[in-house]
This record gives sequence, structure tokens and C-alpha cells, in this order.
Amino acid sequence: MNNAPSTPMLTVATERGTIQLAASARWTASHAKTLDQLVRTILIEAEHGTATSIDMRGVSAFDTFGAWYLARLARDLKSRGHELTVMGLPERYTALFDAVQKSSARDEKAKSQPRATFSGLAAIGGAVVEAWLSLLLLLNMLGAVCAATFRALRRPSTFRLTSTVHHVDRVAWQAIPIILLITFLIGGIIAQQGFFHFRKFGAEDYVVDMVGILVLREIGVLIVAIMVAGRSGSSYTAELGSMKMREEIDALRTMGFNPVDVLILPRVVALVIGLPILTFIGSISALYGGELVAWLYGGMSPDIFVARLKEAISITHFKVGLIKAPFMALIIGVVACTEGLKVAGSAESLGLRTTSSVVTSIFLVIVLDGLFAVFFASIGM
Amino acid sequence: MQSFNSEPIISVRDLVVGFDSRTVLNRVSLDVQPGEILGLVGGSGSGKSVLLRTIIGLLPERSGAIEVFGQSLNDLDDEARHELRRRWGVLFQNGALFSSLTVMQNIQFAMREFLHLSENVLDGIAGTKLAMVGLSREDANKFPSELSGGMTKRVALARALALDPEVVFLDEPTSGLDPISAGDFDSLIRTLQRTLGLTVFMVTHDLNSLHAVCDRIAVLAAGTIVADGPMPAMLSSEHPWVKSYFRGQRGQLLGHHLSNSPA
Repeated sequence: MNNAPSTPMLTVATERGTIQLAASARWTASHAKTLDQLVRTILIEAEHGTATSIDMRGVSAFDTFGAWYLARLARDLKSRGHELTVMGLPERYTALFDAVQKSSARDEKAKSQPRATFSGLAAIGGAVVEAWLSLLLLLNMLGAVCAATFRALRRPSTFRLTSTVHHVDRVAWQAIPIILLITFLIGGIIAQQGFFHFRKFGAEDYVVDMVGILVLREIGVLIVAIMVAGRSGSSYTAELGSMKMREEIDALRTMGFNPVDVLILPRVVALVIGLPILTFIGSISALYGGELVAWLYGGMSPDIFVARLKEAISITHFKVGLIKAPFMALIIGVVACTEGLKVAGSAESLGLRTTSSVVTSIFLVIVLDGLFAVFFASIGM
Repeated sequence: MQSFNSEPIISVRDLVVGFDSRTVLNRVSLDVQPGEILGLVGGSGSGKSVLLRTIIGLLPERSGAIEVFGQSLNDLDDEARHELRRRWGVLFQNGALFSSLTVMQNIQFAMREFLHLSENVLDGIAGTKLAMVGLSREDANKFPSELSGGMTKRVALARALALDPEVVFLDEPTSGLDPISAGDFDSLIRTLQRTLGLTVFMVTHDLNSLHAVCDRIAVLAAGTIVADGPMPAMLSSEHPWVKSYFRGQRGQLLGHHLSNSPA
């Protein structure tokens, strides 16, 4: 007890079991770390002393942090049966100290409740319930879009044509360059891999069959749908989400508009129109990519490529790819809009929903593609 | 209140600020003394917020000098600039709370970053700040989207006060509040200013709050400060804009109230 810590900020003197503290220097935020250690040491040292007093005359600056530490020192000493007398606190700081002491006393009464105990089972259960609820929300949105379509069909004048055209421009027309580029490259890569591996069997002619069937039936529509989900689905979610955050959707509702009619139907319709067009353009571009690689890498002249392509593919392959496009568009649109309306309050939630929108729609697009594959196989297309 | 005649804590000299071809502030000069509450008024779009944002370094000035605590932001290196910025707190008009953090985390944000304290201490001090602005511990775990307008302003004030700044800048602290909440907020600012010995630079439109809180009022019109002084001086000013502001229809009520009250 004798060698109590004396620092520039606090001098400790022990006299017949009484501890006398003298504070000095700056008791402010920038010295909070030192204060923290000081107060802790004093509390340990104080186990043996009987009464304590602190002389605050030497303090040159004193803010909420200093006041809080002083209040805490007093409180903790009191709980150990010591009374801390605060002396000589400069008058201009007494109001602050009183305010802090009052509020930190209130603070002590309200202890924070313990954390909910973590349980793996609870987490799994929560995730399942969450997934089920999201599925219900998706079905709800699908139903709302169908109902809105029905309303628009009954009274075509209520359909928002301008808005739809605007969205077709954004999701389809403006997407053409990037779709052309990506599908062209993919077509080329498939052809290159085909030549590289088929060459071993001398089956180079069949590369054309592979490129044609793969692109028209699967890859074309899948790549385009994934691109659109990332490009337009995410922007739908972000748009609707920030509208929700800024109460624009509530404003629409109070003016007697149905947000599904005004905001969601034009977006979904634009996707349903745009995705088949993009799929067509993308597939053709992929075939061109394949043809170019066949010519430059495989040494197959474009004439031969086209002739073989005519033999290899039929209109059925083309139809199989294109039929899937509007359904995938519907899924992307419905998922994006549902996620957008789930946004609540914070910027973080907006980011979370946008991610979830893209991930969910790509996942569902692939699942749908699988279901279609089973379906077409069973009807022999 | 500030009887000691010391160096001004904020000093603006011949400040010119503009965007493209438009000059918003034209040779503005203004001093704020330590420990006073200065209210800055002016018409919508007169550049009050621009002045505030220029002083705190969010907008660049074209010419002129701004000194806060006797230092100019432009002369300092990055380290010193951060050091200086920690000595003031800003309450933005719409709170500008971090939407993904709870009330408690919002208040602790700067403390956690700069002071390296334990969680316990952070919770305790943030709880104290919360209590000082008149909020309860139950509000601590709410997210900004769950707060009412008045609570948002209070939390934003608590966050502005987190590091115990010497100066606080308030951008329309009472806008969007009902008269009772606005009155409460006014007295809160007054109380905090007294307890913490703050200097307050406040942009406001609220005549009541000008009357209740401000020691001095500066009027910004046509890009310059046209009047500067305590409330009675404003009421007797002959500048046309100041006249219509303080003695117009809405000002009348206040003037009436002022002349009736035993000063």
C-alpha cells in the first residue's frame, strides 16, 4: 500500500489508513487510457484503506471523460464501503460533474441483458423458417404481378407503356454491347476447347454440332440470363430499395397508386420482352465467335462451318433455348422486386438485399434450366 | 457569458466561395468567441450551410482565410488536420447517423477509433452521453431507421459530443421538430453548452431558438454578413432583409413577446 502509484495525473498519499488522492494535469478524452489504468489501480489499492478523499484543485482541464472516471471511482469505492470525498473541484466543472454523476448513476441501474445463448440448432431452424418465408414472399410477388397483368389486360389504358419502353431501353438495348462481347467470347472458347480435344479422335467436324447445340439450347440463354440478373436485377433491387427507404413507395400508396402497377409490372414486362431478344442476339453472337475460332484456330472455312451447322441443328434447338428466356426473365424480375421491397432502413440492408437478389435469381435460373431440361427430354424436344 | 476578451475561436476573413460561375459567399467575415452561441440566419439558399461546410473543410474556398483554434486547415498536414477535426463536433441537418450501426455504436464510433478504451468503459461513457442528451438506455440498441426525428437529432448531438469537442457546429438543429421538442432541444443545447463550456456555431431558421439560445446572431444575405449582434440589435436593425425577417408576420409575435417580457 505504501508504494502506491504516483503519476503526474494522480498523487497518492496514505496517512493512518486514510488514502488521500490529489489529481492534477488534464483529465480529458485524450488521456482516457491513462485515467482508465489509474482508476483501476486505485480500486485495487483501496481494499485496505478506510476513508478516501480526492483533491481536484490541480486539474487544469476536465471533460466528460474525466468526470465519468471520477464518478466511477466514487461509485466503485462506495460499493466497497469507502466514501470518496471530492474536494476543490474548480467551480466551472461542478455542473459537468453533477450531470455526469447523475446520468451514470441511472446508467448503473439499467444493466444490459445477457446475450442470447448461441445454439446451432436455433440457427438452422431460423434459416429454414427464413427460407420458407422468402419463398412465400416470392410467390406473393408472383401473384401480385399476375394480378397486375390481368388488370392491365382488362383495362389496357392503365398499363404504363412509357415506363415499360424506358425499362426495355435500359435492360435490353443498352445491354446489347456487353452481351455481344461476352457471348462472342464464350462461343469462341467452346469452339477452341472442342477443337483441342476432338482433334485427338479426329472428330473435328463434330465441334460444329457441339457449339451449335450447346449454344442454342443451353449456354446462350443461361449466360444472358445470368448477365441480366447481375446487371438489371441488381439495379431493380437497388432502385426499389432506396425508394422504399425514402418513403417514395409509401407516397405512391397514399396517392392511391398500386406500387405493383406503377413500379414493378413495367420492370418485369421489360425483362420478359428484353431477355428473349438478348438471348437471340447472344446466341447468334456466340455462333459467330465459334465460327471465327473454327476458321482461325481449327482451320475450318466459314462455308464449311455454316454447311455443317445447317445439318447439325434444327429449329427445335433454337426454340428450346428461346422458350426458356421469358420464364427466366420473370424469375429475375420477381426476385429483384421482392428483394427490393424487403429493404429496411439501413444502407447495409440495401447492400444485403442486392446481393441476395442476384444470388437468388441466378440460383433459381439454373434450377429452372434443369427443370426445363427434364421437361424437354421427356417430351422429346 | 463570455466576459473574457480572448482570441476568437473561429475567425473567417474575406471568404469567397462559389460553384462554377456562381459566387455564393462574397467576402464574408465573421468571428466566434469562445463560449458563445452564435446563430447564423439567412434566407433559404443564401449560403448558410455553405459557410458552415466551408469552415469545417467540406467545401473549398476560392479566397479568404478561415482559422479555427487559430489554425488554418489548409496550412496543416494530414495528421494535424485530423487532430484539429477531433476538436470539433458536427450535427448535420438530417443527423447523418450511420444507418447500419446502432445508436450506441454510432456514439462510440469515434471513441473506439481514437481512444483505445475497453468495451465496458465505452459502454459506460456512451451511456452517459446518451443520458446527457435525454435518451434512455433502452434506445441504445435501436437502429437509426427506428428513431423519431427528435431522437435522431439527439443521437446525432450525442455523437457530435462523443470526443468532448470544444466547438460544435449545428446545422438547423430544430428543423423538422414540433415546437415542444424544438424548445426541449434548445434548452438541451443551452444546458450542454453551460456544462461542457462549449462554443456553438448554429445555423437556424427558428426565431424562437434564436431568441432562447443564441448569444449573438449573424445575418447572411446576398452573400455577405449584413448584420451581427444580439437579439435587440437585430430587432432595431434597419436593413430591409433583417427587418422583414425579424419584424415580418412571424417575427411580430416574437417581438411582441420580447417587448412584454421583463428583460
